[in-house]
Amino acid sequence: MSANANAGTGTGGPTLAETCVVACAQAWRGDGVILASPLGLIPSLGARLARLTFSPGLLVTDGEAMLVDADGTVEGWMPYRDVLRLVATGRRHMMMGAAQIDQYGNQNIAAIGDWARPKAQLLGVRGAPGNTINHPVSYWVPRHSPRVFVTHVDVISGIGYDRTPPAHEIRLVVTDKAVLDFQTPDRRLRLRSVHPGVTPEQVQELTGFPLVIPDEVAVTPEPTSAELALIRERLDPDGLAAQELG
Amino acid sequence: MTDRVLSVEDVAARISSGMTIGIGGWASRRKPMALVRALARTGVKDLTVVSFGGPDVGLLIAAGAVRRVVAGFVSLDSIPLEPHYRRARQAGTVELAELDEGMMQFGLLAATQRLPFLPTRAGLGSDVLRVNPQIKTIRSPYDDGEELVAVPALRLDVALVHMNRADAGGNGQYLGPDPYFDDLFCLAADQAFVSCERIVPTSELLAAGPPQSLLINRVMVAGVAETPHGAHFTSCVPDYDRDEAFQAQYVKAAGSDEGWAAFRSAYLDGDEAAYQDAVRGVVRPT
Repeated sequence: MSANANAGTGTGGPTLAETCVVACAQAWRGDGVILASPLGLIPSLGARLARLTFSPGLLVTDGEAMLVDADGTVEGWMPYRDVLRLVATGRRHMMMGAAQIDQYGNQNIAAIGDWARPKAQLLGVRGAPGNTINHPVSYWVPRHSPRVFVTHVDVISGIGYDRTPPAHEIRLVVTDKAVLDFQTPDRRLRLRSVHPGVTPEQVQELTGFPLVIPDEVAVTPEPTSAELALIRERLDPDGLAAQELG
Repeated sequence: MTDRVLSVEDVAARISSGMTIGIGGWASRRKPMALVRALARTGVKDLTVVSFGGPDVGLLIAAGAVRRVVAGFVSLDSIPLEPHYRRARQAGTVELAELDEGMMQFGLLAATQRLPFLPTRAGLGSDVLRVNPQIKTIRSPYDDGEELVAVPALRLDVALVHMNRADAGGNGQYLGPDPYFDDLFCLAADQAFVSCERIVPTSELLAAGPPQSLLINRVMVAGVAETPHGAHFTSCVPDYDRDEAFQAQYVKAAGSDEGWAAFRSAYLDGDEAAYQDAVRGVVRPT
């Protein structure tokens, strides 16, 4: 299609950003009719790709208060008060960022250093405590680094599996190197797949604590030709996703 | 119906040092900035500010008016971090009661219900309870026996909100997509003040929007001020979008003492009319 001519990624093979979009989309597989709340461009493209393919029931907002369907048609109203109300029902799956995350999935978006007088004031806890105790969450980390994957986070914003009570469900952690999950008996972070060209050793090297690494680690599936067409022609015709990887 | 129209200076004069004030809107959206600017000019001190925070919190901090912030975030939306708030936190010059967004909603709701607290799961297991040792948990008296966070009521001395339209009695109307928590802020306060883009005859309110756009009614408020462009530089759709260029200028200015001094003298040292003139690039004789 002619739209491809303008795609930032051209007509070549899948880019890393596109593989990340597809990996993020997988977080919402099987979620049914719930609110998908992606933060960041690649998670947003992932949620919309999931809705166009295997999770057609997902609801997505326009970034403000309107729920819009896959064609951009307004199908409902979701102001902040109703988002907070929905949180407690569990019918939401959010993918957010993490300045720090530990091996049990405790996440920090609030501040770096001592909370009382932080070295760097970040976003604040926002809705992370309420989200993580009430409904599924996933995380998107655009630069996998030992500064993000740490033994202890400075301010527990999103709660992990070792807290009392524990997180409701932390489905996936998607990074620029790999996909991780917590499907181990003690709910520690496990390497689920490595992106094409990345080795498990490299991921461990970039992680500040020992990862659970199975004997066989899969390679993250690259987008199918149908997924690539949707991303390039419909969801991200200007190829902006790559910018989020820096 | 009693006319309760006030100037922004009248409203600011109702707020005294040490008070707890709540400010409506969300981040850099539909903030009562004209009222905030007027308040910043009064030299008030030691305020506790409850807000889904944006440049309202930042401007008051920059004016030296704030002792304590109650918030889950302070953000400018398109620019994630509010520069004055960030700097004050890192310098340790402002106290913070950091709450989850849902806890904020429940704290305001408890205040509107004149309850001491409301229970929620939000906050359990997180550092919100570590950094707010005054917040206690409570055990359900029913068979589940579940331990829950008892979010203390966020009772306010004064609430400030900005609407698209209002009448002279204080009935307020929002015409954008999100009411945020403005009605909760008003009901949680001993006195609430509404600023608006335009005061219109009561009979015109329903011409502008459906009945449910009449978010604020006059039982909830003590006064109303007409402040055209009064949410600037935050968004006030459909009247106007956020002024992104001006917001970027604000953030850049806040990056240095000299930059901020120049910004303050260009925009904030005069009254609201002078601010609006300066924003429009109108040069006034000095």
